[in-house]
Amino acid sequence: MIDNLYLLTQAPILGVDLIIQGLFIGAVFALIAYGLALVWGVMNVKNLAQGDMVILGGYITYQATLWGYHPIVALPAAIVLMFMLGWIIYVLIIRRVVDRDMFTSLLATFGLSLLIQQVLNLIYGPEVKVAESGFGDFEVGSFIIIQNVRLYSLLLAAALALAIVIFMKKSRMGQAIRATAQDARAARVLGIDTDQVYAFTYALNASICGAAGVLVAMIWVIQPYYGIVYSIRAFIIVTAAGLGNLPGVILTGFGLGVWENVAGFVFGAEFAVAAVVIMLVAVLMYRLVQLYRVRQVVR
Amino acid sequence: MKQSTALDLRVYAGLIAFGILGPILFPDYVQTIAVMWLMVLMAVTWDITGGQMGYNSLGNVCFFGIGMYASAIVQISQFTDVAAYTAAFGAIRVEFTDAQYFTGLFLGLIAGGIAAAVFALLIGPAMLGLRGPYFAIGTLGLAVAVGELVAGWGYVGGGGGISMPVYPGDAGAGAWMFYVLLAVLALGTHLVVRWLYSTQFGLAINAIRDDEDKADAMGIHANRYKTMAWAFAAFFMGIGGAIFGNMSGFIEPLEVAFPTATFGIFMVAMALLGGKGTLWGPVLGAILFHIVKEVTWTYLLGWQWVALGAIIIINIVYFQQGILGWAQDRWPAAFGLTVDRGGAARPAAGEAAE
Repeated sequence: MIDNLYLLTQAPILGVDLIIQGLFIGAVFALIAYGLALVWGVMNVKNLAQGDMVILGGYITYQATLWGYHPIVALPAAIVLMFMLGWIIYVLIIRRVVDRDMFTSLLATFGLSLLIQQVLNLIYGPEVKVAESGFGDFEVGSFIIIQNVRLYSLLLAAALALAIVIFMKKSRMGQAIRATAQDARAARVLGIDTDQVYAFTYALNASICGAAGVLVAMIWVIQPYYGIVYSIRAFIIVTAAGLGNLPGVILTGFGLGVWENVAGFVFGAEFAVAAVVIMLVAVLMYRLVQLYRVRQVVR
Repeated sequence: MKQSTALDLRVYAGLIAFGILGPILFPDYVQTIAVMWLMVLMAVTWDITGGQMGYNSLGNVCFFGIGMYASAIVQISQFTDVAAYTAAFGAIRVEFTDAQYFTGLFLGLIAGGIAAAVFALLIGPAMLGLRGPYFAIGTLGLAVAVGELVAGWGYVGGGGGISMPVYPGDAGAGAWMFYVLLAVLALGTHLVVRWLYSTQFGLAINAIRDDEDKADAMGIHANRYKTMAWAFAAFFMGIGGAIFGNMSGFIEPLEVAFPTATFGIFMVAMALLGGKGTLWGPVLGAILFHIVKEVTWTYLLGWQWVALGAIIIINIVYFQQGILGWAQDRWPAAFGLTVDRGGAARPAAGEAAE
């Protein structure tokens, strides 16, 4: 660890490289977290299956490459398929936990995440898979090598986020979603079919996850059990940034990506996951401290 | 009250009879029934905080793993250097005499319990400040983090794991000994927990479940009680982990010691299945869940995990109050509860804390 820190001070360009790579990762994290914030904010469902939906999207891409297509072709397919799947999951499971206490939704989605993991494990086996994109890479300066696929992912993630934001602002459904998030009862009184809105929101989240999964499968590797870490990352970002705070989610996503990359380098790769999860505990603790401060003021 | 004591005694007698007769009648299933006792232990200890106190932890499994590793370190370090032992990946075989093995095991079990309880006391004040879903996510993160940290810790063999000391003598006798240890631990824990719920401590944690802020305002030191309750659960989980580690003979961080996605979620599902917040619910749920699990393992090989995931979802979504919770709502008089039909009824155990 000390060696790695020393190396970092000796070659600052390495640090720049780590940060840039971290920013690219962070864009995908922010996309996943935005989906979670949507579901959390609109329907108050904490979706622990978030990461597994991402991995599911990744496997859709992988399947496409097995059939001989380029992985990027799978992007629209993943969006549509995951949208349908999200709708089905809503009708079967989520509809029944929306009004219940939050632990119920947490546990139900945890069960869902187990289910997705195991089905994927049965179909594709526990080996690590990758959807090779073959985009090549380019060099910035003399030391920093950026894979083109990461750059395209960043652009795609940005385009998707922009599309969602415009959709939420302009379309009737987007307006209905925002109205439901503000006050579900009032929305119902005004004639909005909130059940429909919830179903659409959950399905939209699923397709966001699917799209993110396509990017994940092209940039890194996928494996049936990798989902939980993405769920935890999404939770970290949403908890730290707060609900309905899109700029915050994007910034925190970038921050987490950088932290993860730098921590993985400094502490060693075997502690990369631990660094993420400890960050979760740290963020929750920070939130707690803030809460205590509020309680002090109230007293 | 008196009636329920008589009933409890009868159930204990039935469980003890099963505990003795079960493995005698089905000697092939000694291991399986031993794991069933472990499941009972997990569900009962989870219910201390989850059911009675309203703090739904998804990470209690970390105490299991900590107990396991603490006992491994204690047992091995008495006679050899742990770092060298793990670095050799089982190449070093330490021959323990009987006396050495059993003193080591005894110390290891105690160390496992104490290490887990101390860990709970250390992190409790911070973690238990989180409420509702944040607590659940935080504990889940904690369990994953501890598992990953142990997996990266070279001293205890990292991801490669440790082989535990081998039971001296016949392997069949060893299986029996661990069976007895787990059965006694599970039943003993249930007795302690039953006593605990009958004291003021039980009332205090129930008050915290029903409304923590009010309980705090009434003069209950909520933080102290919460930490104590968690440490109780951790102590017994730690011993259970230590026994299980010795029973399986080889421990490894992600699958055996900190199985967040299997045992970690099973214990919650079991307590919910039986009815959380009831005395016998977790026991009933654990036994039923274990039977279902073994049956799906046998007949649905390959699909067993899918079936289990589906069972968990169905249990949580459609039948959350659990078997005993449902019975309690249906026939409150049989449980010694009086229901005020006119006013606000007693909230079902599953819906507290929100």
